[in-house]
Amino acid sequence: MTVGATLETPSERASYLRAGYSLRSWLTTTDHKRIAVLYLYAITAFFFIGGIAAALIRLDLATPGGDLLSNEGYNRAFTLHGVVMVWFFLIPSIPATFGNFLIPLMIGAQDLAFPRINLASWYLYVLAGLFTLYALIAGGVDTGWTFYTPLSTLFANGYVAAALLAVIIVGFSSIFTGMNFIVTVHKLRCPGMTWSRLPLFVWSLYATAMILVLATPVLTMLLILVCIERLSGIGIFNPDLGGDPLLYQHLFWFYSHPAVYIMVLPAFGVLSELVTAAARKRIFGYWFIAYSSVAIAVIGFLVWGHHMFVAGESTYASAVFSFLSIAVAVPSGIKVYNWIATLYKGSISLDPAFLFAMGFIGLFVIGGLTGLMLAMLAVDVHVHDTYFVVAHFHYIMVGGAVTAFFGALHFWWPKITGRMYNITWGRITAALIFLGFNLTFFPQFILGYLGMPRRYHVYPPEFQVLHVLSSAGASILAVGYLLPLIYLLYSLRHGQPAGSNPWGATGLEWTVPSPPPKQNFAEMPVVTRPPYDYPIRDPMSRE
Amino acid sequence: MTAHVRTLVLIWIALMALLGLTLGASFLPLGAFKPVVNVGIGFAKAALIFWFFMHLREVSGLIRLVAFAGAVGIIIMLALISSDYLTRHWLAAPL
Amino acid sequence: MSDQPAAHSPYAEPAQQREADLLGMYIFLVTEIMLFGGFLTAVYVVRVLHPEEASSAAKHLNLWLGSLNTAVLLTSSLAMALAVQLSREGKLRATSAWLCLTVVLGLVFLAIKSVEYYQEYAEGLMPLSDGMRPLSKPGEQLFFNFYLVGTGLHALHLTIGIILVSGLTRRVAHSETPLPRRAVTVEIVGLYWHLVDVVWVFIYPIFYLAR
Repeated sequence: MTVGATLETPSERASYLRAGYSLRSWLTTTDHKRIAVLYLYAITAFFFIGGIAAALIRLDLATPGGDLLSNEGYNRAFTLHGVVMVWFFLIPSIPATFGNFLIPLMIGAQDLAFPRINLASWYLYVLAGLFTLYALIAGGVDTGWTFYTPLSTLFANGYVAAALLAVIIVGFSSIFTGMNFIVTVHKLRCPGMTWSRLPLFVWSLYATAMILVLATPVLTMLLILVCIERLSGIGIFNPDLGGDPLLYQHLFWFYSHPAVYIMVLPAFGVLSELVTAAARKRIFGYWFIAYSSVAIAVIGFLVWGHHMFVAGESTYASAVFSFLSIAVAVPSGIKVYNWIATLYKGSISLDPAFLFAMGFIGLFVIGGLTGLMLAMLAVDVHVHDTYFVVAHFHYIMVGGAVTAFFGALHFWWPKITGRMYNITWGRITAALIFLGFNLTFFPQFILGYLGMPRRYHVYPPEFQVLHVLSSAGASILAVGYLLPLIYLLYSLRHGQPAGSNPWGATGLEWTVPSPPPKQNFAEMPVVTRPPYDYPIRDPMSRE
Repeated sequence: MTAHVRTLVLIWIALMALLGLTLGASFLPLGAFKPVVNVGIGFAKAALIFWFFMHLREVSGLIRLVAFAGAVGIIIMLALISSDYLTRHWLAAPL
Repeated sequence: MSDQPAAHSPYAEPAQQREADLLGMYIFLVTEIMLFGGFLTAVYVVRVLHPEEASSAAKHLNLWLGSLNTAVLLTSSLAMALAVQLSREGKLRATSAWLCLTVVLGLVFLAIKSVEYYQEYAEGLMPLSDGMRPLSKPGEQLFFNFYLVGTGLHALHLTIGIILVSGLTRRVAHSETPLPRRAVTVEIVGLYWHLVDVVWVFIYPIFYLAR
């Protein structure tokens, strides 16, 4: 099929993208696909804001003196980076874009269970984002994304209340998304789409939704209490007034540890889809992966105390949390083994999405193993609050979740937009991101082990070499993250029209045109085959 | 009065009785058990409200599971936070 | 004419939509449970840390008004439950009568609470009046502040409930919500109301009976 710059294919003409051109049709839409695209724009914007904060941090850390930013300024930079990246990028990224777009398609439904609540959750996200931007422009917050008391309640300068309000509001956005997903998966599966035929992406988002619904309200309550304390002076977290700062940390981490599973479980779901499509092979251990997602969601609620080993938590509680934290690694490990077993004897094609998936597996394993190290009480006592921790969570969050997000972007872009992008540039990007990431964050493990504290921008000169390596890596990483902006946007105008199934993958979303029509399916599908119903091909031949 | 309505009124009577019980118990010298007893009676009241007024006895197992998940969430929060606060004096940290 | 309303997209059948609505409301209630659960966990910690101060601070609370309010709210739950039952039977006037009673009892609760707050203000117990002098120890003030925050948040939720039920009463009375076709709407609002009651069922012993 020939394509010029503006010629549309018949499927594009009938797609959800063409059902109304006005801004109003987008801002009042209840179509889950359009809401997903709205979220994609919004989270991309916040990713770059958080990225600019990261650039400032890495620039400042390239020299041992605090010569780029003042102490206050540095505190505000890492606070902005954390708040934006955690709540405005990582938590909504895969669920609100790919989850919103794909869940109804994957289960054979026309939309999510509550389409208007879906739109409301986007508006809440945007409103919260405006509060965050306000706090930033008005001068920033210096408490760190963790808002520890008594700094945040008594001593912090800055627009703490505005930032807290932003997080409270975005919490409601999360809750609505979670609620929508759970009801959708239970009530809107098409005939034949039993739980045993659900794509593992849907299973992982279901587990994520469980966490969203159960954990987020505790954060909401906690931040309300912090606002009240900050504004009225009552002493919930103030020892002089009978309170306990550790109470804050308990309630904060009760949410925030499950929150990291909110960030990574959807990435696991993406991996299951990418690995099976690339290997053209049925997933190994479907039920192991499905149940391990739920297990991670449940056990993830039991481990929060490992953030407080040196904060004054009782030794007995620390021992219990340490044991449980080691246990939570088991289901994650099970997934990694299953993905690798799926790849074994598969007919693998090295498309960009798969390169991101491979990058994920390697980086997530490093992040996970270092997480186990941190789970051990005796080790954590030495490396707590050092760059070892920073490197650990960036391996999981960036090496893991962000990489998976990019993998998902490169996999489902043709479905969402109807256009194929330049595959070579996709591969180059995957390689650049992998190299840049390791150069940025591996030296940080060493720095942490040697004692470099986190959240400091003045450090002994002997650490400089490692910091410079890290900052150099960050610049490569930045290029890697900027490239897709160019070739993906280019593909919207000049890319080849993608057919309904450019990768030859299984899944109901690949049976509809690219981009899908507004109502998704012309007729409600009936599912009769198992999931990942690939024929296992002769490994020596390619399709 | 239909059977349904009668059941609802009976449950209300039970709730009032539990209220009287908990109020009375607060005057007894129960010591450290008093909060346990009173919150326990609270749980009993909540259970009646959930089961009868909120129709948990009619709805599907799924919705019961959802309600149960909420209860489990709170239990986890209380239990593990207790593991810290109740054991703080058992052993001072060696640091 | 069928007994059920037509289902809206994306639902194929009205029963499916009804179940989805109920499930959605229950999930929302679970979020409220976790919200107040987080709050009550904080109160629990304060009680563990300062048991005597909690007890002595609680003596300043008006036990009788608190108990009366508990009875009022439990009765309002009965009224609401009866309204739901009658809405399923399609009895428009009886349903709106019981819904109306629910609202009235909710307002009675708020009135009694206001009286309590005023009494506490007059005794100098509030943060803005007299620096909370009757509560001499920090633990006592903290416990009392928790009481204020907790009952305040509860009252906020109750007010939202009153608004919802009032709106529903009007719609039922004017036949804008056809019964028993849309009985699920009454049921969903009822679930919210009952949850506000359940929250108070825990607030009451934790604060008033701490003496």
